[in-house]
Amino acid sequence: MSIIKLTPEEQATKLEAVLSKYRGQGQKALMATLQQSQEIYGYLPLDVQKKVADALEVSVAEVYGVVSFYSFFSLKPKGENAFSVCLGTACYVKGSQALLDKIESSLGIKVGDCTEDLKFSISACRCVGACGLAPVVLVNDEVYGRLKPEDIPGIIAKYKEEA
Amino acid sequence: MDNYRSHVLICHGTGCTSSNSNKILDKFNEVLADKGLTNEIKVVKTGCFGLCAAGPIIVIYPEGTMYYRCTPEDVEELVNEHLINGKEVERLKVAGNNTSPKDFYSKQMRIALRNCGNINPEDINEYIANDGYQALGTILTEKRDPDAIIQELIDSGLRGRGGGGFPTGLKWKFASGNRGQGITKYVCCNADEGDPGAFMDRSILEGDPHSVIEAMAIAGYCIDAHQGYVYVRAEYPIAVERLQNAINQAKEMGLLGKNIFNSGFDFELDIRLGAGAFVCGEETALMRSIEGKRGNPTPRPPFPAVKGLFGKPTILNNVETYANIPVIINKGAKWFASLGTEKSKGTKVFALGGKVNNVGLLEIPMGTTVREIVFDIGGGIPNGKAFKAVQTGGPSGGCIPESLIDTPIDYDNLVAVGSMMGSGGMIVMDEDTCMVDIAKFFLEFTVDESCGKCAPCRIGTKRMYEILTRITDGTGTLDDLQALEDVAVALKNGSLCALGQTAANPILSTLKHFRDEYVEHVVDKKCRCGVCKGLLNYTIDKEKCVGCGMCAKGCPADAITRTDYIAPGKKLAAFEIDSSKCVKCGACMGTCKLKAISKQ
Ligand SMILES: Cc1cc2nc3c(=O)[nH]c(=O)nc-3n(C[C@H](O)[C@H](O)[C@H](O)COP(=O)(O)O)c2cc1C
Ligand code: SF4
Ligand code: SF4
Ligand code: FES
Ligand code: FES
Repeated sequence: MSIIKLTPEEQATKLEAVLSKYRGQGQKALMATLQQSQEIYGYLPLDVQKKVADALEVSVAEVYGVVSFYSFFSLKPKGENAFSVCLGTACYVKGSQALLDKIESSLGIKVGDCTEDLKFSISACRCVGACGLAPVVLVNDEVYGRLKPEDIPGIIAKYKEEA
Repeated sequence: MDNYRSHVLICHGTGCTSSNSNKILDKFNEVLADKGLTNEIKVVKTGCFGLCAAGPIIVIYPEGTMYYRCTPEDVEELVNEHLINGKEVERLKVAGNNTSPKDFYSKQMRIALRNCGNINPEDINEYIANDGYQALGTILTEKRDPDAIIQELIDSGLRGRGGGGFPTGLKWKFASGNRGQGITKYVCCNADEGDPGAFMDRSILEGDPHSVIEAMAIAGYCIDAHQGYVYVRAEYPIAVERLQNAINQAKEMGLLGKNIFNSGFDFELDIRLGAGAFVCGEETALMRSIEGKRGNPTPRPPFPAVKGLFGKPTILNNVETYANIPVIINKGAKWFASLGTEKSKGTKVFALGGKVNNVGLLEIPMGTTVREIVFDIGGGIPNGKAFKAVQTGGPSGGCIPESLIDTPIDYDNLVAVGSMMGSGGMIVMDEDTCMVDIAKFFLEFTVDESCGKCAPCRIGTKRMYEILTRITDGTGTLDDLQALEDVAVALKNGSLCALGQTAANPILSTLKHFRDEYVEHVVDKKCRCGVCKGLLNYTIDKEKCVGCGMCAKGCPADAITRTDYIAPGKKLAAFEIDSSKCVKCGACMGTCKLKAISKQ
């Protein structure tokens, strides 16, 4: 998922639109509401969770319970350039762990974290359906395949330039 | 039909889309428009052709020529040579990478994948032109007896393709009681595809979404349900988009919604997105998730056929299971039952990946051997390496070693050799794959994914992961091997759902077939594949070292220092590695031009 850049006002308007669509529908609309809210913010900050809880008339604990259960929901913001390393089985046997190690050491952060300037973040994902290109790394929506650890610095440099 | 003289089919499966097939499509449209050919030549986007390793793939009809590894830069030439001059572009007919398309297709049989790569998944008319909605139409217009249809499914021998292999017809039968009494029931489709190395269900949804929609409507008719849900991972945006588009088109044409085929039968279908929890592939957890709750499994009985989604009778089938059903209705149970082995009928789709040349999506008749898949269809192992094992069933499955490579694939044989069919992930491993590391890989996954509801699963998976970490770090003992087996038994007996019950399978099967590798890690402190970093030692061969110091410059741990020793014929003193400081990053090996550094 790419990071959508919206102003806080735009975000609030969009969130309001989502919430009004599901208002009062209770728990059964929770997943969809959270998914669409995350699309707006890139993650699910606590105040958004509270607004979702209010709109659907469920408790904040219920919302937090669901958010923390599913790995797709994120409590932390993603970096402007989100690196996601495929640790699916097909990529793993072709050495994707070494790619992850290299990205971690090059960016100086660990998987699951974001650089302080919010420019880069690293996460791991499972099979992205491009096993023919294994091992695979995604940067935002761009797929890089058949990679070796030595290819990583070049890719990072490309995004540093753009940033 | 249409009057185009040629059709250009461009793969838009996930693999080919990842290598820019959409840009190829744009380029085709641009070039054809430039040359005024848009009325003669039709460009079609399709689902996965199967041979993803050689993608992006283009097929041009009527000749049926397949072109591999195409780029937008090749489009001009394809148009000029193939489409205008009638001359095939030989250089693009070579799949490269040792892939061999001929063998890839000759042993396959495509039922569930019948339309993948043949039709445009975004155009319902193409599905209809290929017998689509014929099964649903016949059933509804003839007002066929639902029990007879269910019996037909039972007779076909179709078993669930999501892993468990439960007879589909029987499942429907259990949910079919009390028809016509206004009881709310649901039909659900499991498109959660939890196996972390697989993409079969996704490819079907991306390449032929209507086959699933049609089958779910048939299921609704058979059990008297009027609402269906497809539970798809949110991580599959293309699949979700094509499925939604297909549902919309079906609604527009009156193939979903009210009074389908004027029969009085109503069926609505909606998508529910999953959010990345493996346990939500388990049927009760999946239903909790659709209800908007945490995806914790609940005890069975009650079975979903009695009390499922929102407490109502529900059937849940896998994507591939559904994709088979319209064909079974059209061609009959006898035909389907004539394919495959005694207890496993029909075909199975596999996502073949890992250390094999023809990585991709394939469908074989049950009974095909592992050898045929890996060496004929798969084209063998790359780089002249030796085959070690295949892994099926993902985190719940196990591996099949070389000694069992002639095992014919069916549900029961795979269980007998300590693996399972699973949903269709098949990963090939070669001599460089460490089996202890692979077991650890799967355990790390289950530790992550255990929902935490029951203690044996929550704690047991963690324990086993810790033990495996010790073994791969070089601090394991022989007692640890016994401990693994003990925890495995506790897990199998004490867990509520199959995630916990099967979590030890990757360990048990590697322990059974590759015990020597475990013993080597523990006793000799050696990983023969050079994968387990804790057991690696980097050394510099002082006779080869010219003392240039490049390795020492690049070492992040300052582990490399100069010695006093000058080898005969060299001018400078050699370097050596202090293994207590070395962090096993491998950087030095890459920098040494004389290949004086080795790892063991
Ligand atoms: C932990 C766990 C994960 C599962 N993941 C999937 C999955 O991703 N896809 C699937 O179809 N079935 C999955 N299953 C099996 C389902 O529970 C269920 O048996 C299946 O969807 C039924 O459909 P079928 O009879 O057509 O195979 C999983 C089961 C367990 C225990
Ligand atoms: S066995 Fe594991 S995943 Fe299944 S319910 Fe228990 S804790 Fe959850
Ligand atoms: S492997 Fe890495 S840490 Fe070890 S000596 Fe070589 S460069 Fe230094
Ligand atoms: S395992 Fe990485 S793309 Fe399939
Ligand atoms: S995605 Fe194109 S061949 Fe599989």
